[in-house]
This record gives sequence, C-alpha cells and structure tokens, in this order.
Amino acid sequence: MSNLKWRLALIGVLVLVSAWALFPRNVKVRQRRADGTFFDTTTYRVPLRKGLDLSGGMHLALEVDDSKGVVADKSEAIDRALKVVRTRIEGLGVSETVIEKAGSDRILVEIPGIDDRERAIKMAQDQAFLEFQITDKTNGLEKALPRLDALAREKGFGGAAASAASTVPSASTGLGGLLTTGKDTTKTAAATKSDSAKADSTKSDTTALATTGGPISKLIMAGSMPGQFAIEREHFDALKTFFESPDVQKVLPPGKVVRFGNDSTVLGGKNYRFLYLLDERPIITGEYLTEAKPNQSPIDGTVVEFGLSNEGGRRFQRETAKHVRDYMAIVLDKVVMGAPPVINSAIGTRGQIAMGQGRDLQAAQDLALVLKAGALPVPLRVAEVRNIGPSLGRDSINKALTAGAIAIVMIVGIMLVYYRFSGLLAVGGLALYVLYTLAALAGFDAVLTLPGLAGFILSIGIAVDANVLIFERIREELDRGKTVRTSIDDGFRHAMSAIVDSNVTTILTAMVLYQFGTGAVKGFAVTLIAGIAASMITSIFVVKTFYLLWLNRSRGAQTLSI
Amino acid sequence: MLRILHDTKIDFIKSWRLAVGVTIAFIAIGLVGLILHGGLNRSIEFTGGTLMQLEFAQPPNVGELRATVDAAGFRGAEIQQFGNNREFTVRAAGHATGANAQVQNTATQIRSALDQKYGAGNVRVIREEIVGPRVGEELSRNAMIAILISLGITMVYLAFRFEWRFGVAAVIATGHDLLSTLAFLAIMRLEVSLTVVAALLTVIGYSLNDTIIIFDRVRENLKKARPEPLYDVLNRSINETLPRSILTHATVAAATLSLLIFAGEVIRPFSWIMLFGIVTGTFSSIYIAAPVLLWVERKWPRSKGGKEGPSARSASGPAPRPSSPRTPVGAR
Repeated sequence: MSNLKWRLALIGVLVLVSAWALFPRNVKVRQRRADGTFFDTTTYRVPLRKGLDLSGGMHLALEVDDSKGVVADKSEAIDRALKVVRTRIEGLGVSETVIEKAGSDRILVEIPGIDDRERAIKMAQDQAFLEFQITDKTNGLEKALPRLDALAREKGFGGAAASAASTVPSASTGLGGLLTTGKDTTKTAAATKSDSAKADSTKSDTTALATTGGPISKLIMAGSMPGQFAIEREHFDALKTFFESPDVQKVLPPGKVVRFGNDSTVLGGKNYRFLYLLDERPIITGEYLTEAKPNQSPIDGTVVEFGLSNEGGRRFQRETAKHVRDYMAIVLDKVVMGAPPVINSAIGTRGQIAMGQGRDLQAAQDLALVLKAGALPVPLRVAEVRNIGPSLGRDSINKALTAGAIAIVMIVGIMLVYYRFSGLLAVGGLALYVLYTLAALAGFDAVLTLPGLAGFILSIGIAVDANVLIFERIREELDRGKTVRTSIDDGFRHAMSAIVDSNVTTILTAMVLYQFGTGAVKGFAVTLIAGIAASMITSIFVVKTFYLLWLNRSRGAQTLSI
Repeated sequence: MLRILHDTKIDFIKSWRLAVGVTIAFIAIGLVGLILHGGLNRSIEFTGGTLMQLEFAQPPNVGELRATVDAAGFRGAEIQQFGNNREFTVRAAGHATGANAQVQNTATQIRSALDQKYGAGNVRVIREEIVGPRVGEELSRNAMIAILISLGITMVYLAFRFEWRFGVAAVIATGHDLLSTLAFLAIMRLEVSLTVVAALLTVIGYSLNDTIIIFDRVRENLKKARPEPLYDVLNRSINETLPRSILTHATVAAATLSLLIFAGEVIRPFSWIMLFGIVTGTFSSIYIAAPVLLWVERKWPRSKGGKEGPSARSASGPAPRPSSPRTPVGAR
C-alpha cells in the first residue's frame, strides 16, 4: 500500500518535472536592427531546439588551409581560430548558432535561418589580418621592371602578353592620358588626402616605365604617389596571378612586397585598378585594435573607424612620426583598402579605413565586426556547406508530424484490440513515454533533427515491445493457472532479463552512433537513447504501477483483461 | 483474450537450408548489381561534390534544365525529380580545383546559370550541400568504424551476459542483416546518405533486439531441469516468443509504413531500410542465429565439468541436424 503511494508519487514527480522542462517559456533571442545594432528580445515558446534541417539555415565546416604554407600544429591553430570565428559569427546577431571544434582540425558552424550564404561564409573565413605599410619611395618596382619583363617572357606570360601586344597603342595612349592629366589622376586615385607635390617625380618615373616596353612594363603605369601603379582592369587577373608566383618575389627589391588595391578608378573611359609596392615590414598590425565601427563619411564614402590600444597608439605615433609626408597603405588580408592616405603628421590612436566607393554600410559593419574579433591565426577554407531553405524545413516538420500522428493511431489501435484493458494501461504508459522522451530532449538541450524525428516516431513502435514482452509473459503465467496477482508479478519478473539485455545492446549501438556521427546523426542517436531510457521506465515501472493500482481497487480480481 | 499463433509447435529450424539458400541468392543478386552499377549509390556526403535542391515556380522542362546545367560547365551532373514535378535535385560530382578554389564555387556557378535562364525568383534553391572530397572520405571511414565497433561491443556484452557462443551467433546474424540490407540498397538503387547509415545501425540494433529476445528464452529453457537437445530448445523458444514477435513487428511496421508514406521524400530511404530491416531482422533471428548457434555448439561443445553430463561427444559436422538421441547438446 505504502509501496503503491510511493510509486504514484514518483510518477507524479516525473510528470511534473517533464511538464516543467517542456513548458513554453521566455527564450532570449538576439536580433539585429536594420542599422546594424543589436537588441535582445524574448520569445515565448517550447524550449526544444530544432536542427538546421528543420529550421532551415546553414552548416559550414572550415578547415585549415595549408595550401599556402604548412601549419605545424593544426589542432592548436584551430583552437585559437575557433574563438575568433565564434566572436564573429555571434556578432551576426543570429540566435542559437553552434560553433564548435570537430575532430582535431575542423570548425563546425551552424547558423539557423540565415539567408545570405556568401556573406556568412565571408564572415567565417576572412582572415582579417590588418597591416599598415608604407608605400615604396625608392622606385623599387621601376628598377625591377627589366628583370620582371625577362621573367614574364621566360614564363611565357601567355595570353596576356599576346593580348597586350595588340593593345600597345591603346596602352600608350592611356599612358599619355595619365601623363598629361597627372594632377587629375592624383585627385581621383588618391582622394583628397594625397599630396600633389609628389606628382612631379611620378611623372619622370612614368616616362622611364614607358620606354622599357616589356610584357609587364607595357601593362603598368605609374600612379599618383610613390609605389602606386595603375593597371587596366582587363589585365588585372593576369597580373595578379603573375605577381603571386614565388619567383616574382625573388626579383623584387629585398624588403618590398607587391599588393593589389580594392579600389578602382575610371580614366579616359577605361577602368583602372591599382598595384602597390610596399615596405614589407608593417609599421603596426591589427593586434593593437581595440574598437572598430562603421560610418559614412561625405568625403571618403563608407569607412570603418578604428581605435588602437594605448600601447598600439604610442607605437603608431612613433612610427608615423618617422614617415611624415609618406603614404601609408592600409592592408587587409593582403589587399590595400582604398587609396593610401598621406601622413601629414604623427597619428595617435584613431584612424579610419576607406571601403572604396559604392560599398554599402553592411560591408563596413561586417568589416568592423571582423576587425574587432581579431585576425584568424591561420587561413581557413570551406570544406563543407549545407544550406537548407526555411520552407523545406517547415514542410519536413509538417510531414513528420502527420506521419507521427498516423503511426500513433495505428499503434494504439493494435494494442487496444489485442490486449484490451491491459492494452489501455500500455497506451497510458506510452503517453508518458512521449512526454518523458521530449522532456529528456529538452533537458539535455538536444537538437531535434529530421532523422531524429523519424527515429522518435519509430521508437514509439519499438517502445511497446517491452509491454508486449511483459503481457505475453503474464498470459503464460495465467495459462499455468496462477492467480492474477502472482501472474502479474511473475510476468514482470520473467520479462525483465529480455528487456534489459535487448535495450542495453541498442543503447550501446546508439552511443557508438553518437561518437562517430555528425549533426543530424548525432541528433538521431540522442533521440534513440532518450527514447530507450523512457521506454524502460514506462514499461517496467509505470505500467506495473497501473496494474498495482488496478489490483488495489478490485481486490480479489479473478480475471484480467489482457 | 485474443490470441495469434498461440502455443504453436512449428519446426522452424528444419528448413534452415532452404532459408539460407534464399538469403544467399538474394545477397548474391545484390552484390552482382553492386558490381554492375560500380558500387553503392553514395550521396555527396560521402563522394564529395555539390547537391542542390531546386524549387521552380513552374514545372520546368527537364531537358532544358539539363541543357542549362550542362552549359554552365557541369556536364554529367545528375538531375532528378524530387517529390512533385516542380522540385528537382542537381548533383554535380566535381568541384572547382586549384590552389585557391573554394568548394562553394560549383553551387554559385549553377545558381547564376539558373537565374539567367529562368529569371531570378522563378527558381529557388531550397537545399544545398557542398562537401569537399576529404570530408567524404572521413565520413565513409567513420561509418565503417561505427558499424564495426558497435558489433564488437555487442559481442562482448553478449559474451558477458550470456556466453560467447550466443555472442558469435548474434553477431553473425547481424552481419547477415548488414549484407542483405546492402543488397537491398543495391537492388533498390537507394542513395546511401548519413541518414541511411543511421537507419542501417538502427536495423542492426533492432535485429539484435529480436535475436536477444529469442536467446533469452533459450537461456531460460536451457536452465530447466528436463534435458533436451539444443535443436528442440531453439525451436521451442522461437515458438514461445512467436506471439511477441508478431505483435512487436506489427507496431514497428505501422510506424515505419506511416513514415514511408507520409513523412516525405527526404526521409524515404530511411523508411525503406527500416521496413526491410524488420523483415531481415526477424528472418535472421530464426534462420541465421539459431542454426549458427547449433553449429558453434557442435564445433566447440560446452564442457562445464561435473554439473553437466558428457556433452556432444558425437559432434560430427558443422551442419545441425534435426534432433536425434545421439546429439544431447544442450545443458540440463
């Protein structure tokens, strides 16, 4: 009697805990306003997490890109990169993102409900290594041109050279245009901050350039500041490929590097991009950056304003004092951002990065976010992308729910027809099974995926197995002429070993699945384990209690409807 | 009370040769099909590549769609209708190569080609999966490891809870289920995705479940005082658990069928495998596990010293024979 009360109390507590775990509650969600700031809202919903295949969203796997250099300790590098990626992605303001290390050398990123694939990939992947480098004042590129031309001929600077040959006249007219409108170019290319006083020296250098006539020198025209060169857009890709080859680096003056700009300019109906020769040693890097925010400036267009730490500020001041009247290129991931401004006097802790014309505020927001999170310690490449539209996810949920409802109706039907009253007790147990399983999933913060949902529906069918085993045993005991009470006791006892052994093997399999699976399969394994545990509790403990309750009410029952 | 197949005395094991013959033929057909098709139809999760699921505003002409994808430079991409006639999947095996190539390039190219052809907004990409080759390789390896480890763990557990003979028999039966399900996959040309691997592992678990329920009965019947040949014990145990088997399989089949019919295209391969798994799991518990147990018993008869009489000295061959007084294999 007291035993029965104790059992009922325990079931009651389990039901209450489960109901509490599943009760709709306020969940804090971070959202992003149109202007890029964040605000927290709370939504009222059942605390069950949906996987990407149900909610829609993007799954990314990033791995160390070792194509440009060997990374000694990938696992350690990934650990450091993970922090950066996490800060950046969480800065996107999407709730319930998952950013975790997978294996030893991979980062998994899951962003529910994102609509802009390219942007998310860029956010995760951009290395965001910021450097401030002084442009070359020693005419280094001009001096290296004969050697560059020779190298280009040797390498068979193929199609580009051939096409360049046909465009020689136009190239030289373009050059002439550049020379005659030298001062205009200065204004366009280097914006308002550039110093036109440098134009004279530029002019003479440019003349020297034009007389060389090699495959490379034909395509390169001096720009408006030392170390800056204009190239026609159509040759941009070919030149970029050429300058990225390691042989070229050997030909360049020591301590100098070639970088390309993100800006472009139109001159005489032609579209030009820029190439820079820079001091290899940066005067400062992004590690001293403490803040970054987007802004619109009437002069420079979209910019990212940044602030440096005190130490960085001191260093920046010291370095810029040495380079007054030089041009400073702001280089992000080896791309020169905007036109390098001239250093008029020593600069302290604040500055800005021009995004170039025609870039929207969102690009600046993303850059600011990426800069603040810091640079990635290693370059990453995308190994896997999985993108599921929200409509497909909704559709999957609806279909799975339909299938689940029909499955439950059929299972309940079978149990009631075959086992009558005992079947009814089993159905009661099954209802608690569903409740407990869902609560366990919510409690473990497990992610509900489509295969998980299918596994859950399947598990309802499998969950009655324990009941069936017990009921069949009770029938056997009754056949042997035992009383109802003894038959129930013996039935439960004899069925126990089969139930335990069969379920333990399934749990072991599920645990292996969890260990080796990823994403959806992991969710499936968790659902399976939660389901088996709940099934054992309900069939062995709950249904037994129901029987005891019934026996208690109808003392001396001679028959059992089973 | 309503009873199905109560108190039956069917000699299941008698026809084991026929049953084994049938299942070997089935597996052989599957394997031949596998070789003819050049391996399993693996999803891009395993092969690496690009998969896009497209939803069109109007049902498109399949030839035209193929031409568009071909023109984008992805000749040989697989195009399939997926569910209704406005949804299609495009599967491109390769992806851009080269030092700087990113795996997402293929999808971007196909996307822009489609936008140009059908006009932006008339075709929506509702699912997209792009997997690099290395990820795929690793997944294949992990799936194999998962299956082998789960089998190993099961064998150890059964050796501990029952005895090693039962473990061996159960694992061989499960190995059979794995093979026959692979044959089923090959015959149905189902796409092997990670979800299908999950289904395969569920089948393993379910089949083991079934085998263990019968073995549990065998274990219990062996303990009974009346000495009986193992052959008879097995048959009796199968018969005694028959009503349970029928009922459990019925409820699981109900759940599986409703998944197959109502849960949509994405989960369909999963449902097919589960449905087949119910059949093969039941079959192997009776016609593989039991004969193997008999065979193992003959080959390595148990000798637990004084408690049991001299056992199975007459073990003559691997094949289990119908009960005869000369083969008192079981324990008391």
